[in-house]
This record gives sequence, structure tokens and C-alpha cells, in this order.
Amino acid sequence: MAHDPAHDEHTTHVDHAAMGMVKEHPTWSTYWKVAVILTLITVVEVWIYYVPSIRDSRAFVPMLLTMSAVKFATVVLFYMHLRYDHRLFRVLFTGPLIIASFTIVGLLFLFGHLRIGAGAT
Amino acid sequence: MSHAAAVHSAHDTHGHPPTSTGLDNKKIAIWAFIGSECMLFASLISTYLIYKGRSVVGPYPHDACLPPACSTPLKAILNIPVTSASTFVLLMSSLAMVLALAAVETKDQPKHTRGERILGSSKLWLWMTALLGVTFLGFQAFEFTSFVHEGLTIRTNLFGSSFFTLTGFHGAHVTAGVLWLLTLLAIDYRRGLGPKDALNVDLAALYWHFVDVVWIAIFTLVYLIK
Repeated sequence: MAHDPAHDEHTTHVDHAAMGMVKEHPTWSTYWKVAVILTLITVVEVWIYYVPSIRDSRAFVPMLLTMSAVKFATVVLFYMHLRYDHRLFRVLFTGPLIIASFTIVGLLFLFGHLRIGAGAT
Repeated sequence: MSHAAAVHSAHDTHGHPPTSTGLDNKKIAIWAFIGSECMLFASLISTYLIYKGRSVVGPYPHDACLPPACSTPLKAILNIPVTSASTFVLLMSSLAMVLALAAVETKDQPKHTRGERILGSSKLWLWMTALLGVTFLGFQAFEFTSFVHEGLTIRTNLFGSSFFTLTGFHGAHVTAGVLWLLTLLAIDYRRGLGPKDALNVDLAALYWHFVDVVWIAIFTLVYLIK
């Protein structure tokens, strides 16, 4: 019987260990649900932008930052599979992300966009 | 055991020597790269936020510009409905990308129903991802062109400089991602992507999702927060 190399390519299994998969990746139904959640959060974000009473309130920015953080985390955990993969990947991502976040906050303090206490400049 | 056999057994199915972590070097490298990209975009976002509200002349992002700051009255320049649509497009591209990866991983499994065949088509989902990426770039080109027509260029004011640099860098990353997807599509048409290619598709997917999460941050910090 003739050897078919193309057949071998399709019968080879996914190398889960090399890919760092600790848990099985979710199915398409989970991916659809995540997409719906991301869309709904985006709709709410844009909606509150057009509601003057919310946009002018002090809660507006914290609300937007919270929703943005939830979307960010959802994509990273479910679509980038950080929830399911090896913890080394989590360290490689969250380490620089923490440094990046502190850099943004630090620079905003340094240039006077954020202040501690009402009397500070 | 002969030397050749010993060397062969020490290599994994991809032809690489085993690593101390047991993980593929390429996947570790892409996560390290994504970590470094976090810091790149943090610096660009910081620059935008620091310069925010410090432009001496208009146009401004959220407020109208009236004389004498502008020679003629200008309305707020950011177009939230258009950007919301492009944000939705990029989010859906992430869904298409993750379905493309799932299709490659399960290529060797039998597909019985029409729905399973659609979900199992890596070509369909890779095309979808690339087309949604190109659509996003089209929205960005439209936005940049309309800004220039309204008098905002990279040299107009601090907002223009930091805005075009930040979103331009992001657009360049999306362009690189589209090119990467097209190379995967070329391979898929040439010999077919199968489970043994899952790692390579996973690397492209991680890059693509990262571009998406960066836009999630930009959309909120640049477009929605005044």
C-alpha cells in the first residue's frame, strides 16, 4: 500500500504538552457566549456615553474602566486560553502587564493628572 | 541504542530538542513578546493621556473648538458611532480566530452535520478573521482621512501627535496580523492545516487576540473617557 504523507499530517494529534494546555480548551459554544458577553458590555459602554446624567457623574470613568477591564480579562482568559494553559504563560503576561499599569499610573501622577488628596498638586 | 536513535528520541514531534519546561520555545517566545508589547503600548497610552487636554489649538477630541483657538468653529472630532462599529468588528474577528484554531485542532475528527462542517472549516474562519481585520483597517483609514479633512494631522497639536502615533501603531499591528493570517491561509490551501499545525495557528491567534485587547483599552481610554 502506498504511503500517503498528507494522510499522516491529518492523523497527527495536537501536541497538548508543548502548547502548554493544562486543561482542555473550551468548545465553540463557550466562545459564542463570550462573544455575546463582549458585545453586550461594548453596547453598555457606548450607551452610557450618550446618557448625560451618567456621563457627567463621578461614577462614569470608574464604570468604563471596570467594563474595559472585564472585557480585557475575558479575552485573555478565554480566547487567549490563559485560564487553561500553563502558569508560566500567566507569569510572562501578567508580570509585564503589572509593570505597564504602574508605568501609566506613575506617569499620570508625575505629570499631575492624578493627585493624592485635594490639596496636593 | 545507536547515537542517531538516541538523538532522535531526544527530539519531540516538531523536531526540536525537549525543553526544561516541557513547553514549546515558540509559545514561550510569543508570550514574552506579548509581554514586551504591553509595555510598548503602555508607553504610547501614557503619552496620549499626559498630553490629553493640553493642546493649545484645535480640533479637540471631545469638545468643540471655538475662536480664537480655532480660526473657524470646529465640532468635537471623535466619531464614536464609527469607532464603536470598528470595535465590534475587531471583537468578532477574535471570535473567528478562536474558531479557526478550534477547527485546526479538530481537523482529524469526523464531521457529521452541516454545522460541524462549517465550524470545522479552518479556511472559512481564517478568511473571516482576515476580512474582519481588513474591515477594521478600512474604518481606521476612513477615520484618519476624515480627521485630516477636518484639519487634524499628526503635526496640528499634541492631541493629533499622540492620537495618530498610538492608533497608527495599533493599525500597523493589525496589518501585520492580517499578513500573518494570509500566510496561514496560503499554507492551508497548499497542503491543508492539521492538528500538527495547531501550535503555529495558536501563535498567530495569541498575537491577534492581543491586538484586540489593546484596542479594548484604547477604545475606553481614548474614545469614551473625556
